[in-house]
Amino acid sequence: MPEILITLNGEQLPIADEIDLETLVGQLALPAKRLAVEMNGNVVRRSDWPQTTVSNGDRIEVVHFVGGG
Amino acid sequence: MSDNFTLANTTFSSRLIIGTGKYRSYDEMKAAHIASGAEMVTVAVNRVPLDGSAESFLDHLDPKMKILPNTAGCYDAEHAVRTARLAREALETEWIKLEVIGDPITLLPDNEQTLEAARVLVKEGFIVLPYFTDDLIMAKKLLDAGCPAVMPLAAPIGSGMGVQNPSNLRIMREQLPDATIIVDAGVGVPSDAAIAMELGADAILMNTAIAEASDAARMATAMNYAVQAGRLAYLSGRMPKRLYASASSPIEGAIK
Repeated sequence: MPEILITLNGEQLPIADEIDLETLVGQLALPAKRLAVEMNGNVVRRSDWPQTTVSNGDRIEVVHFVGGG
Repeated sequence: MSDNFTLANTTFSSRLIIGTGKYRSYDEMKAAHIASGAEMVTVAVNRVPLDGSAESFLDHLDPKMKILPNTAGCYDAEHAVRTARLAREALETEWIKLEVIGDPITLLPDNEQTLEAARVLVKEGFIVLPYFTDDLIMAKKLLDAGCPAVMPLAAPIGSGMGVQNPSNLRIMREQLPDATIIVDAGVGVPSDAAIAMELGADAILMNTAIAEASDAARMATAMNYAVQAGRLAYLSGRMPKRLYASASSPIEGAIK
């Protein structure tokens, strides 16, 4: 089976199989609240994560908040 | 006499808005936030680290604080718009401090890209607070685009140089008497904040001047006083500057 390669926060990441966004974000073991996800330049609402399939070549950004001015 | 600060239908009693960056510890940040009297703090949107080291930064903020996410680190309108959309999704707030930077040495704003992003974001329902060069014409364009306030810099971000061009601020105040003007960036010491407020700024946004002080909480207190002092002075109407003296005591009647 061909490997699926995605770009997650600027890093190339091989994944075993097509998964949904909910599962992918879950694997990152992040503090669960107040995150946002963008796929290929568009925000994916949290309620849409389970139905959103991550496919080869997808560019995903997962952001949170840090100190700033 | 109350002198509240209203911005986009939200009323604040403090005219000081402060950042959350560069503090040496969360405890120090929290103490400074309390001491400042501020009711709104800025935060940055950033990629989560993929090594599992992510912390929930927002948990370290007083829940009473209004959170103003920024688009720091963006160098064009497209990235700023994307960052704003992500901030809205994560925080469920329409408020955004729009910051589009022109180069990494000066961190001066790219006004053209800022205006382009502001137009897009206003149409999408954002409350856009744009950081920009202290220029009257740019301020007018940003207000025309639908920004509820404009945020001219006093000096480059993190420079602590104070108000570099008081004439520009004064002109902006006089020519835009109804606009909300928040001086953002460049304040170093309380006198800088007081000068900006004396010139008619409605509020001040600062980060480094407090976070990099040896005693951040004490400096936050000083900034709180300075913003209030400057505001009172502006409302009081300053005396005119004169080249020569004007005696305070009666000249007539002094003994000869």
